[in-house]
Amino acid sequence: MDLLIHQVLSGLATGGIYASVALALVMIYQATHEVNFAQGEMAMFATYLAWTLLQAGLPYWVAFFITVIVAFVGGVVIERVIIRPVENAPILAVVTVFIGLLVIFNSVAGWIFSYTIKPFPSPFPEQPLFGNAYLSSHELGSMGITLVLLLMLFVFFRFTPLGLAMRAAAQNPVSSRLVGVRVGWMLALGWGLAAAIGAIAGMMIAPVVFLEPNMMGGVLLYAFAGALLGGIDSPGGAVVGGFLVGILENIVGAYLGTELKFTVALVLIVTVLVIRPSGLFGKIHVSRV
Amino acid sequence: MTSRTLKVAQWVAASATLALSLVPVGASAAGKYGPGASDTEIKLGQTMPYSGPASAYGTIGKVQTAYFKMVNDQGGVNGRKINLISVDDGYSPPKTVEQVRKLVEQDEVLALFNTLGTAPNSAIHKYVNSKRVPHLLLSTGATKWGDPKNYPWTIGFNLSYQAEGMIYAKWLLKNKPDAKIAVLYQNDDYGKDLLKGVKDGLAAKGAKMIIAEATYEVSDPTVDSQILTLKNSGADTFINIATPKFSAQAIRKAYDSGWKPLHIVNNVGASIGSVLTPVGLDKSVGLMTLQYYKDPNDTQWKDDPAMLEWRAFMGRYYREGDPKDASNMYGYLAAQTMVQILKQCGNDLTRENVMRQAASLKNFKLPLLLPGMTVNTSATDFFLMEQGQLAKFTGTQWQGFGDVLGAND
Amino acid sequence: MTNKPALSRNQVIGIAVLLVAACVLPFFIANYRVFQLTLALAYAIAILGLNMLIGFNGQISLGHGAFYAIGAYTAAILMDKANMPYWLTIPIAGIVCLAAGFLFGLPALRLEGLYLAIATLALGIAMPQILKHKAFEHWTGGSQGLVIIKPEAPEWLKISQDQWLYFFTLAWTVLLFFIAWNLLRGRVGRAMVAIRDQPVAAQAMGVNTSIYKALTFGVSALYTGMAGALGAIAVQFVAPDSFTLFLSFSLFIGVVIGGLASISGAIYGALFIQFIPNIADEISKAAPWAIYGVFLIVFMYVMPTGVAGFIRMLRVRLLRGRVSQ
Repeated sequence: MDLLIHQVLSGLATGGIYASVALALVMIYQATHEVNFAQGEMAMFATYLAWTLLQAGLPYWVAFFITVIVAFVGGVVIERVIIRPVENAPILAVVTVFIGLLVIFNSVAGWIFSYTIKPFPSPFPEQPLFGNAYLSSHELGSMGITLVLLLMLFVFFRFTPLGLAMRAAAQNPVSSRLVGVRVGWMLALGWGLAAAIGAIAGMMIAPVVFLEPNMMGGVLLYAFAGALLGGIDSPGGAVVGGFLVGILENIVGAYLGTELKFTVALVLIVTVLVIRPSGLFGKIHVSRV
Repeated sequence: MTSRTLKVAQWVAASATLALSLVPVGASAAGKYGPGASDTEIKLGQTMPYSGPASAYGTIGKVQTAYFKMVNDQGGVNGRKINLISVDDGYSPPKTVEQVRKLVEQDEVLALFNTLGTAPNSAIHKYVNSKRVPHLLLSTGATKWGDPKNYPWTIGFNLSYQAEGMIYAKWLLKNKPDAKIAVLYQNDDYGKDLLKGVKDGLAAKGAKMIIAEATYEVSDPTVDSQILTLKNSGADTFINIATPKFSAQAIRKAYDSGWKPLHIVNNVGASIGSVLTPVGLDKSVGLMTLQYYKDPNDTQWKDDPAMLEWRAFMGRYYREGDPKDASNMYGYLAAQTMVQILKQCGNDLTRENVMRQAASLKNFKLPLLLPGMTVNTSATDFFLMEQGQLAKFTGTQWQGFGDVLGAND
Repeated sequence: MTNKPALSRNQVIGIAVLLVAACVLPFFIANYRVFQLTLALAYAIAILGLNMLIGFNGQISLGHGAFYAIGAYTAAILMDKANMPYWLTIPIAGIVCLAAGFLFGLPALRLEGLYLAIATLALGIAMPQILKHKAFEHWTGGSQGLVIIKPEAPEWLKISQDQWLYFFTLAWTVLLFFIAWNLLRGRVGRAMVAIRDQPVAAQAMGVNTSIYKALTFGVSALYTGMAGALGAIAVQFVAPDSFTLFLSFSLFIGVVIGGLASISGAIYGALFIQFIPNIADEISKAAPWAIYGVFLIVFMYVMPTGVAGFIRMLRVRLLRGRVSQ
C-alpha cells in the first residue's frame, strides 16, 4: 500500500513535468492550430541559456526572468522569420519545417554545450515540505508553478481581449482579419508565449533529470500523450492529462514490469481516444457538411 | 662519347635496371605496405555516434583525433603521420555498414579503430572479417569480440561487461553472502551483458540473492519510479547498471528517498566529473565501483605525472573537451594503445602485420591505468583489459582497496 | 467511366531512359555505391507506401518505421530460423505487414489528424521496445539483433553480390511502382483521394470510407514492409537500434520532400534521405544535423509541394511559355 501511494505521488511529480510541457503544446495549438514538434528542443535550449547566465554569476531569479523574456522574443522571431514563409504551404510542409527546427536546436545545443550532463539548481529549498518522504519541495513547487501558469492562461484566453483575438485568429483567420485582428502578429505572440512557457518548464525539469541536449526527447512524447489524453484544445485537460500519464507510467512500471511500460501506456491512451476521440476534456468538433 | 664511356654507361644502365627489378612490387624504399599505408601516412577508419541517442560518446572520436594530431606534431609513428577518418553513424547499424564499406572500399584504410557500439559493430563484424580488415580496439564491452578462432580480425578493448559483473558477484559472495540484491539496468545489450556477468558470477550458490530487477529505456525521462520499486523490495544491496545520466538520477533518488543500501555503481556510470559531481559529492559517499583507469577528478592523482600530461594535452589540443569527462580519458587510452600497435609494426604496415602486432602486446603499460595493471594479448587471448580494482568513494576520491583483480580470479 | 489518361509519349520515353540508366549504372560505379543505391531503392518503395497513406488518402503516419521494422524482421527470422530462401521472404513480409497495417488501421479510423499522428508516432517508438522484449528474444535476437547471410548471385551471371542485390531490388521496385501507378489512377485511387478531400461527400456517394481507409493503411504497410525486407537483406543485419523513431521521421520527410500524392516523388524523397545526410556531414563536422535541418527548411521554402510538385510547376510554366509563342 505504501508503495502504491509512493508511486502515485512520484507519478504526480513526473506528471507535473509532462503537464508543464503539455501546457506549452496546448498554448501553441490554441494560437496557431499547429503542433510544434520543436517545442521540447526550444525549451531545452532556453534552459541552457539560463544555465549560461547562472554560470556567469547572476542570481537565480534574475537569470530566470531574463531567460523567459529572451525565450518569448525568440519565439516571436522564429515565427515571423522562419515560419512565416511557409504559412500558406500545405500543413505537412510546415510539420517538416518543425522537424528541421527540432534537429537544428538539438544539434547546435550539443555542439555548443557538449553532451556531459550538468546539474541545474532549483529555486526551492532542499528540505522536503513538512519533512515528508514522498515529494521534495522542488517537485511540489514546480507543480505549483504549473498550476499558476495554467490559471494565468485560462484567465488570459477567457477574459482578455487579446486572448480572444488570438483564439479567433487561430480558428478563423479570414473572418478575424475582417474584424481588424492582426492575424500574423497573433500567431507570433502565440509562439512567443509558448516558448516562454516551455522555458519555464525546462527550468523546472532540468533539476530533476539533469541538463543535457537530449533531456526533452522522452518528456515531449509523454507530454504529447498527456495533451491528447486530456484534449489538445483544453489547457486544463492537457494539464490533467499530463498528471494522469505520469501516474499511469509509474503504476504500469511498478506492477506490470518496466520493459513494456511505454507500450502499455500507449495502448491505454489509444483506447481512451478511440472511445472519446477528442480526449477526456476536449471539445467535440462538429463539422457541418 | 668514346666507346669506353658508352660501355660504362650501358653497364650502369643494365645494373640499375637489374637492381630495380629486384625491388618487390608494392614496397617502396622504406617498408612493406598494405592499403592505407605509405612512407608518409597511415590511414585509420572509425565510425562514432556524433549524432543520435548516443551522441554523448561522440567526444571519444574528437579526443582521439586530437591525440593523433599531437602524435603527428611530435613526428608521427616511425616518421609517418596518422590520418584518422572518423565518420558519423548515429548509432544506427545500417548507417554503420554504409560508412564502414566506404572506409574500406573507397578510402581504403589500413585498419578500423575503436568503432563504437555493440549493435553497430555486430552489423559489420562478418564483413570486416571476410574482407580481412583489422577491426581493432572496439569501443564496446560486449564479450563476443574476443573470439580469435571465428573472427581473427576483430579484437576488443574495454574491460568486458560480463567480467565486471562477475567481479562484483564474486566479491559479494565472499564478503556479503547474505545480501539481498536489487538491480537496475539499461534495457539493451550493455545492461543485459553486465547483468549476465553478475548472475554468472553468483552462479547456483547465489542465485537467490537477486530479489528485484528493474529496467529503463534511454528515452525514459527519469528512473525515479524504478528506484522506488527497488527500494520497496527490501533489498540492502543495489547494483546500478546505468549510463551517466541515469546513474546520477538513481544515486540521487536513492539518497533522497532515504534508501541506504550498499550501492555498487558500474564503471560506466561512476565518473566523478560526469556523475558524482552533478549529483553532489556528499550524496555519493560510500559508493562502490570497479576501476581500471585513474579518474581525472580524483584528488589522489592530482600530481601524478601521467595526469599532468593528460591535462596539458587536453588544454592544448582539445580545449572544448572536458578533462573531467571519463569518456575523454577512455578515448585517450585507446588511442595510446593504437599508437603502440603501430609502433610495434615498424616498417611492415600490412594488414596482416597490424593484426599480428595487436595480438602481441606484452606487459604494455599505460600510465593512466591503475598501478599494477598491464595490457596483454596473444594469439588465443583477444581481450585487452582484463583487470580492475574495486574502489569506494570517500567523498573526494575513489579509494581503491584490495588487489587488482582479474575476471578469472 | 474512363481511367485517367495513360502516360504521355514524353513521359514513357523519360521512364525508359531512366530504366536503362538504372540498369547500366551499377557496372560503372564502386560496389559500395551500388549498395547505397540499393538502400535508396528500398527507401523509395517505403516512401511510396507512406505517400499512398498520407498523400493520396490524407491519413498521417509518423511511425511507419514500425512497418519497415516488421518487414525487415520477418525476412530475417524466416532466413535465420526457417532457412527460407531470401527471395521468398519478400512477399511474405509484405503479407505480414498488410495484416499488421490493416489491424492498426481499424482502431485508427476513429482518430483524426493530430491524434492519428501522435498515435502512429507512439507506434514508431514502441516497436523497438517490443522487438527487444524478453518474450520474443528467442526469435528476434533481442538487442543483439540477427545477422543475415548475404545472398549469392546466380552462377551463370558474372556479377558481384552487390550488383545482384541491386537488380533484385530494382526488379521489385519497378513491379511495385507499376502496381501502385495502376491502383492509384483507377477507381481505388479516386476513392482514396475523395476520402482525403471530401470524406462526407464520398460517403454520401457510396464509398465505404472505413474499409478503404483501413485497407489503405494495410497496403501502405505492405509496401513499407517489403521495403524493409529488401533493406534488411542488403544491410545483412537487423537490430532494434536500426528502426528508431528517426527512421519514421526520415520516411515522412522523404514523402514531403518528394512531393505529396506523387509516385515519382518517392524517388526524389529516397535520394534525399539517403544522400543529403552524407552531404551535410561533408559540409560541417561539428553540427551536421543542423545543416540537415537547414536543408529541410530551405527545401520547404523553395518547394513546399515537394520536388515532384516543383517539377510539375516548371513543366506547366514551360508549356505555357511555348503555347503563348
